[in-house]
Amino acid sequence: MINESLPNVKWESMWEATRETLYMTSISVVATFILGIILGLLLFLTSKGNIWENPVINKVIAAFVNVFRSIPFLILIVLLIPFTKLIMGTMIGQNAALPALIIGAAPFYARMVEIGLREIDKGVIEAAKSMGARTSTIIWKVLIPESMPALVSGITVTAIALVGYTAMAGVIGAGGLGNLAYLEGFQRSRNDVVLVATVIILIIVFIIQFIGDIITSKLDKR
Amino acid sequence: MISIKNVKKIFSTKSGQVRAVDDVNLDIAEGEIFGVIGYSGAGKSTLIRMLNGLELPSEGQVLVADNEVSSIKGSKLRKARQEISMIFQHFNLLWSRTVQENISFPLEIAGVDKSERLKKVNELIKLVGLDGREDAYPSQLSGGQKQRVGIARALANNPKVLLCDEATSALDPQTTDSILELLVDINERLGLTIVLITHEMHVIRKICHRVAVMEDGKIVELGKVLDVFKKPQAEITKRFVQQVTEPEETKETVQHLVDLYPNGQIVQLAFVGDSAEQPLITNLIRNYQVTVNVLQGKISQTHSGSYGTLFIHVDGEKDEVAKAIEFIHSENVGVEVISHD
Repeated sequence: MINESLPNVKWESMWEATRETLYMTSISVVATFILGIILGLLLFLTSKGNIWENPVINKVIAAFVNVFRSIPFLILIVLLIPFTKLIMGTMIGQNAALPALIIGAAPFYARMVEIGLREIDKGVIEAAKSMGARTSTIIWKVLIPESMPALVSGITVTAIALVGYTAMAGVIGAGGLGNLAYLEGFQRSRNDVVLVATVIILIIVFIIQFIGDIITSKLDKR
Repeated sequence: MISIKNVKKIFSTKSGQVRAVDDVNLDIAEGEIFGVIGYSGAGKSTLIRMLNGLELPSEGQVLVADNEVSSIKGSKLRKARQEISMIFQHFNLLWSRTVQENISFPLEIAGVDKSERLKKVNELIKLVGLDGREDAYPSQLSGGQKQRVGIARALANNPKVLLCDEATSALDPQTTDSILELLVDINERLGLTIVLITHEMHVIRKICHRVAVMEDGKIVELGKVLDVFKKPQAEITKRFVQQVTEPEETKETVQHLVDLYPNGQIVQLAFVGDSAEQPLITNLIRNYQVTVNVLQGKISQTHSGSYGTLFIHVDGEKDEVAKAIEFIHSENVGVEVISHD
């Protein structure tokens, strides 16, 4: 019955595309999480009144973050083509999308990390200092655990944005559901393919949001 | 234990330089409970933060437990800070950790291994009276309980000095008293030197041995708590002493009484230490032909004796009243005749 109402959908290639989307999303989420936390920590720690207060480094990182956060993703992919070719060796396929996905999402997430860190009570950091904690201890045992709910809800939002980015990356040949919907669906006027690809993307987004919400509420002991 | 020499702290702000601490000299003995009182902005917060190096003096020297806190850096400073712990007005607990894990935190910093940490944490939980709340998160605790966690955490590394930064200012009066009792208990049991800053004279009265009064970055008065209560010198000290010895409505009431009793004298008596326990009024009535009417009074306990004020109305022959007042003078009781005006 389903196959009759969706005559053009080849389920095998649909699952293949879904796997590619999940692959691109998960790798880029993990990389964005790590890179974003590093950038966010640097932004926070070098800002005024903090442990590594340094206006120069702070401004440089802030400028980097702002520039890459402001470039529309589709343009960013195009701009990054030489860079992608250099490190990935190709412009086609799921791996080719990763550099652009990560560079596009990490600065976005870094800002969310910074906001999360700013919400930590300054007194708690002071208390850790007064106990004789090193900066590394403050980062690992105070800053990250205390901002964890914000870090998780931030990465949830970022992951959802990344699902959308993978679809855009698909249009220029990166594979995944976006690629399938565009090439197999839109360009051949097969609306059923576009519809099914869209529904699958929606399901992925809902699942990410659901998991993110559960983890955030579990972590938040405030 | 603590020695502060010629310490100044100058902050540069947009509107010019601010002398937060201005040439302060102070010595605090081992095992002492030392209070610093002042209004907000008096510099007491900056002063206490210099004792563990959270602030560095612009000039001068700070010595705490044989560490020159004002000049050491890096690992030496971190080591010293384990001997000089601090509790805070807003407790500053990690909300992501349970009571047990919060108390364990300084031990993790000091590199104590796990089994020993657990043993020490359980001891401390008993010491501060939090049995049964080990696995609670700070959000599930009352203010008083949070401060108990703060105190336990501060004691974890067996410090020599405990700094209390307005530690009871966010608590209600009853909880304040229970926390103060805990501090006295710790001071007596562990011989810990305690430095506390506050804007409440009640706190000073209740537990401190000596007190310094700060105003505009300077120490304007310094002495044993009872002496300061007995003879406050500076204007600001008098105001602080009034906080605990005179009910707030006193001035109005006294004025009202002056109007009410046009004859005789209204006398304010100040009792300190032993004199507070003598039957002064009885002697007064037995020996002189006067009538005495007690109008209002209050006695406060300090750490080393009691202090009180009493307003009485003395009436009778002019001579007798004068003699009676002379007698009170001779009894080592402070007398102030409130005139009709």
